[in-house]
Amino acid sequence: MKLGLFIPCYIDAFFPEVGVATLELLERLGCSVEYPLDQTCCGQPMANSGCQDDAAATEDLFVHCFQDFDTVVGPSGSCVHHVRFHLDAIEQTPQARKVRAGTRELVEFLHDDLRVAAFPWAAFPHKVGLHDSCTAVRGLGHVRPSERVNEPYFSKTRELLAKVPGLELVELDRPDECCGFGGSFCVTDEAVSAKMGYDRVYDFHRHGVEYIVSADMSCLLHMKGVIDRLKLPIKVIHIAQILNGGPP
Amino acid sequence: MTRAVDPEGRAERFIALEEHESTHDRLVWGMRQNRDKAVAGVPEWEELREQASQIKEHTLTHLDQYLEQFEANATNLGAHVHWARDAEEHNAVVYEILQAHRVKSLIKSKSMLQEECGMTPYLQKRGIEVTESDLGERIQQLSDEPPSHIVVPAIHKLRSDVAALFAEKIGTDPKDSDPHSLTEAMRQNARPKFIAADAGMTGANFAVAETGGFVVCTNEGNADIGTSVPPLHVASIGIEKLIPRARDLGVFIRMLSRSALGSPITQYTSHFHGPRRGGELHVVLVDNTRSDRLGSPDFWHALKCIRCGACMNTCPVYRRGGGLSYGATYSGPIGVILDPGFDLSKYRELPFHSSLCGSCTEVCPVKIDISDQIYKWRPIVAAKGMLKLSKKVGMSALGMTLAHPAVFHAAESAAESALEHLPRFLPYNPLNPWGRHRDLPTVPKQTFRQWYLENRRKS
Amino acid sequence: MNARDAILAAVRNNMPQPAVPLPEIPGSEWKGVKHGLGYKEHFTRLPEVPGAPGVNEPLLAYFRLQLEAMGGRSFEAADATAARAKVAELFPDANVVCSAVSEVPGTRRVEDVRDPHELNDVDLGVVRSPLGVAEAGAVWLTQAELVVNALEVLSQHLVVLLDPAAVVETMHDAYGQIDLAASPYGVFLAGPSATGDIEGVIIHGAQGARSLTVLLLAPQATAGGSG
Repeated sequence: MKLGLFIPCYIDAFFPEVGVATLELLERLGCSVEYPLDQTCCGQPMANSGCQDDAAATEDLFVHCFQDFDTVVGPSGSCVHHVRFHLDAIEQTPQARKVRAGTRELVEFLHDDLRVAAFPWAAFPHKVGLHDSCTAVRGLGHVRPSERVNEPYFSKTRELLAKVPGLELVELDRPDECCGFGGSFCVTDEAVSAKMGYDRVYDFHRHGVEYIVSADMSCLLHMKGVIDRLKLPIKVIHIAQILNGGPP
Repeated sequence: MTRAVDPEGRAERFIALEEHESTHDRLVWGMRQNRDKAVAGVPEWEELREQASQIKEHTLTHLDQYLEQFEANATNLGAHVHWARDAEEHNAVVYEILQAHRVKSLIKSKSMLQEECGMTPYLQKRGIEVTESDLGERIQQLSDEPPSHIVVPAIHKLRSDVAALFAEKIGTDPKDSDPHSLTEAMRQNARPKFIAADAGMTGANFAVAETGGFVVCTNEGNADIGTSVPPLHVASIGIEKLIPRARDLGVFIRMLSRSALGSPITQYTSHFHGPRRGGELHVVLVDNTRSDRLGSPDFWHALKCIRCGACMNTCPVYRRGGGLSYGATYSGPIGVILDPGFDLSKYRELPFHSSLCGSCTEVCPVKIDISDQIYKWRPIVAAKGMLKLSKKVGMSALGMTLAHPAVFHAAESAAESALEHLPRFLPYNPLNPWGRHRDLPTVPKQTFRQWYLENRRKS
Repeated sequence: MNARDAILAAVRNNMPQPAVPLPEIPGSEWKGVKHGLGYKEHFTRLPEVPGAPGVNEPLLAYFRLQLEAMGGRSFEAADATAARAKVAELFPDANVVCSAVSEVPGTRRVEDVRDPHELNDVDLGVVRSPLGVAEAGAVWLTQAELVVNALEVLSQHLVVLLDPAAVVETMHDAYGQIDLAASPYGVFLAGPSATGDIEGVIIHGAQGARSLTVLLLAPQATAGGSG
């Protein structure tokens, strides 16, 4: 079975190492992976701004690129969430339905589908803060949301990271508050977005993390922007990179 | 088109007030934490949410019969029931009742509906003195501002602000900002007004069809004073406040204050069934866009709202920007989905004043899909041509770029080249919002696609 | 068309389909407040749940705990004499004591009050509640017990007599026992008047009673002596 590899637009442009780590990791785990060369984006930036008409052609291209794969895997919760829940600017053809149903986010693919037992090539002896994106927590259900106080705690990301020797996870003051990226929100509501980013980064910083890890590079992009401006000694890293034996 | 409220600009100005913003964020997050603490003590909380949601959905899908049942039972108890189609009619009906009783001054407890209708300025213009009795509402009334939070209307103010305000308006010591003395001062100031008032007005949290009565929840007991002393009680009730039976109250009362403040119940949970001994009771049932919203498949669930404020407490955007940034009666996430229904043009920016984190949906005691509704308002704003021009143009350009692989790849090269070669002042300028508080990402040597072609595709 | 007909017509026209059935509420099978569940080692910073009783602990203890959490206080009283003594001890400076109960005569009987405005000078109000609710720390009062409703909120301080055997566990239990429509006014009163409107600082005595004191005493047959 060939997996379709979905690399979001901003990862292709700014964080190719995350794409590389994702591909290498899936190959190490025995998957046969193909990256359709014509892919660009899932359409979320336009759709989130209410611009369904502007999203349609991009969503169409997405379906076209991935229609021959039974399973598509992408290292981004917000993009995968958009594909599964909101790829509706286009006609819901059988191909569209197939692609939507078959698109998996990396963490859920590793945890639920492959049920990976170990990452023998990985080690990460550092103090790490885990940032689960809002879509991962409340959209895709990868982690028990903090609001559901009485439900048993679970976290797919923690379970994966627990298999990496040396990695020390720290607890935060506000376990799953939004970092403030929010798509185009980060520039249209700049003051609020930045303040949220500062607060989130400071929560990690107060707890002495060396790295912030997330399964969503968009959150990390935003927090890295804050970290660099504040000149804090924190690095950001995608979970694919850690599980692949990284950094790089 | 009406002039749009600019929530981003307002939020930015509030954030610039460092002490205000940090205090506000800390206090309101504290309310979320107290809610969590309270919920932890109720193991059946999620079942209660489901019950509450279903009771409300049942009521709304049978609303006509419950309204009629309520009216009949309330009338049997001796209450006078009036109906008002919109804000203007509500105000006119209220005024007529007050005129008939020669009311010169009235004291009122918190009512978002009365705020929504603009009742106070309407009555004041006609010579009736209106005093808010809830401390937070009174603070806001004296400041000439709307409430910034459904439950704690002045939570955006520091004690020093209140001290200055009270010094100016009710003659307290401007140097004394102790909340105890300020509250005591307001108690002394308000008591004579209760005693002198010709009428007391309230809203209602719940109207019970089975009994013909309604419930008002307060912590100060101000609704209780206002209705037990003056001889006339007028209550404004939105038609969506109906619930079927007395025993349904058990579900809602258990959830309301736990969601709002984290206490098991408000200090006063007051039930009114017909006029008190020696008094007269008038109820005004108000539509004002509610029946419209009922007919909207995407948005009718917003009518389930019990006005607990939990959504605003948890909302990271609300806590940073403050409730006044919404420029409307209803702020926070519930405001974002209600206000455009009152005036789409005026509130066209509100659906974008959200990072769509989804926390509001999780804390809502009646399971309103708040975050999904926020998302659904966005294409409506776009379809009406009400997007900001810069966003419209930007998204159009982005859409065209991302629809064509070759164009996308060319744009990537151009952007990378630009970021690499332009002097710092160019990308970091006032026109580029990203750069105000954050650094831009650095430019990699090649895109993933380029790496893939080099390392995986032998061509 | 008048407003009533117009609104009902609009509602009928717009009611969503399909109709949703009315759920049955388990009510008394739901047992109210318990020890906190759901705290896991991952969220070490979530606050502790204050001591809640287990399933077998007596309701009264829990009622008293919740009442205190809401800002009220409670004392046991053996009989009417003890109740009078406690009132005198707690409120030595109360000049005007307006009472609705026989156990504590007070200086003014609420039955003699013609108009609620007359109660503006009351230092202490004394009433009896027929029902307490443990999970809320609340007592139920209606026009029947208050006689003049304003007694509850104009009194500077309030003492409420409550039969310790008349405490139920949850709000479901409480609503199951009271007849709402029987009284024009009924209130679940949990503690004194309070506000947190200024910087979230909790203040007691915002508008209504500055304090709420519950005396746990079953109704006494006679007044047992004057004064």
